[in-house]
Amino acid sequence: MWKTVLRRILIMIPQLLILSLLVFILAKMMPGDPFTGMINPNSDPKEIARLRQEYGLNDPVWVQYTRWLGNMFHGDLGQSYIQKVPVTSLIWDRAVNTFWLSLMTVVLTYLIAIPLGVTAGRHQDEWQDHGVQIFNYITYAVPPFVFYILGIWLFGFTLGWFPISGSVSADVNPGTFAYFWSRFYHLILPSILCSLISTTAIVQYLRTGIVDNKVEDYVRTARSKGVPENVVFNKHILRNSLLPIAAFLGNTITGLLSGSMVIESVFSYPGMGKLFLDSIGQRDYSTLTALILLFGVLTLIGNLLSDIIMSIVDPRIRIK
Amino acid sequence: MEKQSDLLLDIEHLHTAYRLHGKFYDAADDINLTLKRNEILAVVGESGCGKSTIASSIIGLYDHKNTKVTGDILYNELNLVNLNESLFNKIRGNNIGMIFQDPLASLNPLMKVGDQVAETLYYHTDMDEKARHARVIELFNQVGMPRPEEMYEMYPHELSGGLRQRVVIAIAIACKPEIIIADEPTTALDVTIQAQILDLLKEIQKESHSGIVLITHDLGVVAETADQVAVMYAGQIVEKADVKTIFQNPLHPYTRSLLHSMPQTDDESQDLHVIHGTVPSLVNMPRTGDRFAARIPWIPASAHEENPKIHEVEPGHFVRCTCWQSFHFQDEEKKG
Ligand SMILES: Nc1ncnc2c1ncn2[C@@H]1O[C@H](COP(=O)(O)OP(=O)(O)OP(=O)(O)O)[C@@H](O)[C@H]1O
Ligand code: SF4
Ligand SMILES: [Mg+2]
Repeated sequence: MWKTVLRRILIMIPQLLILSLLVFILAKMMPGDPFTGMINPNSDPKEIARLRQEYGLNDPVWVQYTRWLGNMFHGDLGQSYIQKVPVTSLIWDRAVNTFWLSLMTVVLTYLIAIPLGVTAGRHQDEWQDHGVQIFNYITYAVPPFVFYILGIWLFGFTLGWFPISGSVSADVNPGTFAYFWSRFYHLILPSILCSLISTTAIVQYLRTGIVDNKVEDYVRTARSKGVPENVVFNKHILRNSLLPIAAFLGNTITGLLSGSMVIESVFSYPGMGKLFLDSIGQRDYSTLTALILLFGVLTLIGNLLSDIIMSIVDPRIRIK
Repeated sequence: MEKQSDLLLDIEHLHTAYRLHGKFYDAADDINLTLKRNEILAVVGESGCGKSTIASSIIGLYDHKNTKVTGDILYNELNLVNLNESLFNKIRGNNIGMIFQDPLASLNPLMKVGDQVAETLYYHTDMDEKARHARVIELFNQVGMPRPEEMYEMYPHELSGGLRQRVVIAIAIACKPEIIIADEPTTALDVTIQAQILDLLKEIQKESHSGIVLITHDLGVVAETADQVAVMYAGQIVEKADVKTIFQNPLHPYTRSLLHSMPQTDDESQDLHVIHGTVPSLVNMPRTGDRFAARIPWIPASAHEENPKIHEVEPGHFVRCTCWQSFHFQDEEKKG
């Protein structure tokens, strides 16, 4: 088990290097450098050229790359050209916000999707199944932002149940209970809406898994042993049908990152997704590169997580 | 369920019909069979003739919405046809054990094979976990698995086909059932393993005095193991007798052609008896006239009986064909 994990982590190292190289090339191709913002009618072009020399921007590319990589390892993602602050500090708070939103969303997604998928698979072609299928068509067909705006309009404006923007109220102090409650309260509506619309694939996988597994020979064997039907379902059919869903868990990280861009923008939620879109809008290339690198790393971690989960739940994948 | 009488199963007028395109079609048509203690009853016939249908009807495992079963399957005065599910669950695995064709597919890929055997014990005995474990090891020894302790922890994909089938057999016999139904237990296995598994079944039958329904399409298997034989064609039993009679004095033309298509029988007259075509599908099955007539062109159509009944031609020998008297197969064979 641990050998498998270690092996997968070792495989990740070259992947990370390739990723960093790609991101570095991308960053080099983007216009601007840390001194772009300083250029104004009062600045001395000679002074800026001197600074560029001093900061090594005229060094050979590979020297710049290794230095950049070294800085990365120390958690230094560079300066934001626009905001004039270290990218690391810019991203950190947003990353924490996105983490909580994503966590809530994942938990809710699975809490909603699993019962729906189980119901549909269990009552294949009956009215329950048709109901779930209709729900699935809707969540699949409606564009997320339309769904979010409708949700905000209904639960935010019309009913006034939930706040519709930000991550915390302005009038609470960090560290107090009111602060935590406010943060949680701000998460509810976006995470519910986001999870509702993220269920489609899981519901579908689970339903198909159950429908397929139901007629498998090993299920017949279980029945021939005199195992009661509800146990046959929960212990044999369901466990086998949950395999692909478990593997999916790691991959949802990637999905959440792209999903976070839409939901965070619509809710003006200060997370990484919104930061990414804002950075594009402001042409904050240094922040963008850092975010791309981060998203890439998270995707790799997501895949790693999927593999580890698979090797835990499926004995056929275990490597001895 | 107490386990006593010598007559284990008494199947009478069993009809099993599947719903296809909204209509029900008989896949087992008026089946009459008995299984006695200490007996191996072979049910033979080509693919699609309804062998598995009989097996699933006995053990009550079919899609109740799309299958209609009528007639009687008597087990110790208890009629298994449309028996209440919770009562049936007490019988399945306990009084009736089932062995299936494909040993990989018939084991849960996510469960240790030992636990899959122990699961049967969990539902039919009051053994605690330790006792169940010990019993599984005992069973693994009985079915000839090497290193049983180690095997207990294995997953199906780690075992060979022969070992998997031994696990399936261990599941079937875990509670010492009186009746074992084996649906093509050796078809998916290598020839050498086939013989071992058949020997094992015979051995189990001798030790436990159970009755085995052995479903197969292989007459070699029948010759080697069976006591009684029922030959099926297109949902019906066309001939039924003890194994000696079937091989020495087969009367139904279908039985005869099956025997002739056995690889080891003599050569010359074979061509004459090769049966062309396949079993008609359920929907296309002729409902009047002899179902087999279309496939034995060497007998004039006028000679066939309409809807042949099953006739007892000598004690214990049944044939669904009246023409057997008017044809002299022996002669015909020599002519050919
Ligand atoms: N669940 C079902 N629904 C509809 N038709 C079925 C069903 N199961 C079997 N049949 C049909 O009933 C007939 C008998 O099938 P059965 O499986 O009993 O044959 P078999 O003798 O066991 O064949 P094989 O040697 O291929 O296992 C076939 O025509 C088959 O297509
Ligand atoms: S009745 Fe005729 S067609 Fe039917 S089995 Fe006998 S000889 Fe063949
Ligand atoms: Mg079959």
